[in-house]
This record gives sequence, C-alpha cells and structure tokens, in this order.
Amino acid sequence: MEWTRYIDPLLQGCWVTIELTVYSTILGTLLAFGAGMGKLSHNPLIKALSVTYIEVFRGTSLLVQLFWLYFALPLLGELIGLDLRFHPVTVGVLALGLNIGAYGAEVVRGAVQSVPRTQYEAAKALNFTRTQTLWRIALPQALPEMMPPFGNLAVQNLKDTALVSLISLGDLAFRAEQLRNLTQDSTTIYTMVLFMYFGMALVLAALMGLLERHVGRWRHRRR
Amino acid sequence: MLFGIEWDTSTSWAFAWSILPILLRGMVVTIQASLLGFFVALGLGLLLASLKGVPLKIIAWPAAFITEFLRDTPLLIQLFFLYYVLPDYGIVLPAFLTGALALGVQYSAYTAEVYRAGIQAVPRGQKEAARALNLSERLTFIHVILPQAVVRIVPAMGNYLVSIMKDVPVLSVVTVLEMLNVAKIIGDRTFNYLIPLTMVGALYLLLTLVAAWGVRVLDTRLPKRGIPLK
Repeated sequence: MEWTRYIDPLLQGCWVTIELTVYSTILGTLLAFGAGMGKLSHNPLIKALSVTYIEVFRGTSLLVQLFWLYFALPLLGELIGLDLRFHPVTVGVLALGLNIGAYGAEVVRGAVQSVPRTQYEAAKALNFTRTQTLWRIALPQALPEMMPPFGNLAVQNLKDTALVSLISLGDLAFRAEQLRNLTQDSTTIYTMVLFMYFGMALVLAALMGLLERHVGRWRHRRR
Repeated sequence: MLFGIEWDTSTSWAFAWSILPILLRGMVVTIQASLLGFFVALGLGLLLASLKGVPLKIIAWPAAFITEFLRDTPLLIQLFFLYYVLPDYGIVLPAFLTGALALGVQYSAYTAEVYRAGIQAVPRGQKEAARALNLSERLTFIHVILPQAVVRIVPAMGNYLVSIMKDVPVLSVVTVLEMLNVAKIIGDRTFNYLIPLTMVGALYLLLTLVAAWGVRVLDTRLPKRGIPLK
C-alpha cells in the first residue's frame, strides 16, 4: 500500500503540532487571564495596556503577527541594539499564544462580568478581602462560564498551528507539503492530513469537555 | 518595483510613503477575496444548514458530519487540498478563485451554525400562533420565522466577514497578491521587512475597526422586532 509510507513522517509532524498547541494554549490562557482581568482593573495604566494588547492582536491577522515577529522583530532589535532573533518554535508559540490570548481575554472579561453584582456585595458585607473575593467568589463562578468558549478557542488554536509551517517549522502541515513535493500524491496526503487534524480536534474538544466538567463540579455537588 | 510603482529607499518616511499605494493595491485584493469568500460561505452555509434540518437521517447526518469536519480542519490545509487536488480532477481555477472558495468552504461551517441558531432563537410561541391562525408551514417560515431570524443572523454574519478578512493572508501561500504577500515581496526585495509588515498591521487594524464599527451600526439600525419581507 502506498499510503502507509506517509504515516510515519506525518505522525512526526502531528507530534510537533501537538506540542505547539499545548505550549501556545498555556501561554494564551495566562495572557487571557492577565489581560482579561487587566481590562477590568481600576488602574488606568494596566487597563490601557490590556485594551491595547487585546485590540491589536484581535484586530490584525495571525499570519501578519507571525510574519512580523519572524521577519520584522529582528530588524527592530538591530535598530535599538538588541538581539531579538528567536528560534522559529519560540516565534510560533509566541504568535499563537499572543493571538489566542487576546481572544481569550474577552472571554475572561465577559465571564467575570457575568458574575452577579450581588455576589460582590455579599462578599463585601461578609468582610472578604479583594483577593478572597476574586479567588473564592468570582472565579469559581466565572470559570464554568469561560469553559465552552475556551474549548472553541483551543480547537481554533490547533487549526492555527498549521500556519507556523510557513516559517519553516516542521509541523503536520509542513510535513504534508514536503511529502507532496516529493511524491506529487496530493490527494492521498492531504486527505490523510485533514483527517489527522480532525482527529486531534475531536480529542482536544473531548479533553476540554472533561476540564469543563471538572471546573463546574461544585455546581452539581450543591444540588 | 511592484505593480509598476517604484519605491524610494532614501529615508524611512519616504520609503513608507512610496510603498503605501502598493500596499493599498494589495488591500483591494484582500477586500475582494473577503467579499467573494463571504458570499460563498453564505450560500454553502445555507445549503449545509438546510440539509442538516432535513428529517431524513441519511441526509441530515452526513451534512452534520461535513459541517463538523470543515470546522475542525485548518483553512491552510483545505486551501492546499483545493489548490492541488482539484486540478487532478480537471478543475483548474485561478489561485484567487481557489483561495476565495477555500475561505467560503471553511466559513460555511460557521455560517451554517448562525442560520440554525438564528432560526431557533425565534420564540416557539410564534410558530404556535401561526399554526393557530392556520398558516401553512411554508408561509409560516417565510412570513413569521424568517423576518425575525434575519435580525439575529445579519450581525453574526458581519462578525464572520471581519474574521474572513483576517484569514485572507493565508491565501498568500498560493501566490494571491493580497496585502501581506505584497508586503513580504517588498521586504524580500529591499531587505526591509520592518516598515512594510508594520504598515500591513496598521492597515489591518484600520480595516477591521472600520468593519467592526459598520457591523455595530448595522446591529443598532436593524429593527429589533424583525424585517417584514413584503
């Protein structure tokens, strides 16, 4: 069989894709919480910084961001006397994380704002500190609200990793392109690759579903 | 030189000023591809949503699978698939059309969901009232459901148009001369990527802010109770 020869190189690519997805989703989550809470901050500087980050990365294209970090940033570094040349993996994770983090920030902001005012007032009446209110009142209620959109964003991020093949990173899309150049058997290769991405997306969605149940478990315990 | 326009590399500002018209040419292609892809997505999404709504499982189930499959696979791979596989079956399209088609195919999965959600969001009571008034199923859909669903569908579609715009740079891989590709070529030839790529970022910000503002205006202008189709 011809197509079995493609499995090994493609699986190697899958592994890189999975690594990129995991790293950039973690980075994106951190940025999402940082910027999402930052947008709700009373400190005008933090707020302005968060809003600018969210608007810039949501308002421009991921590929533009990726190319900017890969081609333009080193030149900017030269201009200001810093070495800003990074490994393609770093650039890929950075671009994907920054991009998905900006989308995630709006999810975090929305979920935190959806916690009823009375919850904050009750926390104040019970003499909770601001940190306690955030960790014990706001976040436990906001997290389950965030999970369904976060699940969608994670799958979006997995799909977006395909773009890093354009800065010569050996992910699944890159391997597919290599094999196609070698064999010209585009139908078989791209069909296999489409199903591999589909499979990974289904697994990722299932994992996010488990996580969703986990962060929402306190809701079921009470009832 | 690109599109017959020379650039001036004497100073940074002169360079930026001289490549602006070239980038704007690319922006026109970006907008054209977005619009064409958007219309394909609107049509294909409607088809998928209708097929998913068919009571016959043998039609509805494959349609649901296709929608899920299109949603969960990367635009880049779908684009490569169309670009390299279609010619094997005798369908040779220019890169621009293949690109717009790929955008439309990818986003049809999303627009199908918008149609479904928009129609489902119309309160049940409306359908029941129409039945009580002895309206046929077809008339109910055209004169009761659709007018109320449209006001929910239009703004959501607008948001996807903005998303499509941001995905157009992917078409650069099949040699479509959209804005990012133009900037990349300028960078390749002048060894200055910083200015063209930064300008593309700024132009994108401008484009999406204007488009998002347009969607917001549309949303507030639409009558909340629905648009009668007569």
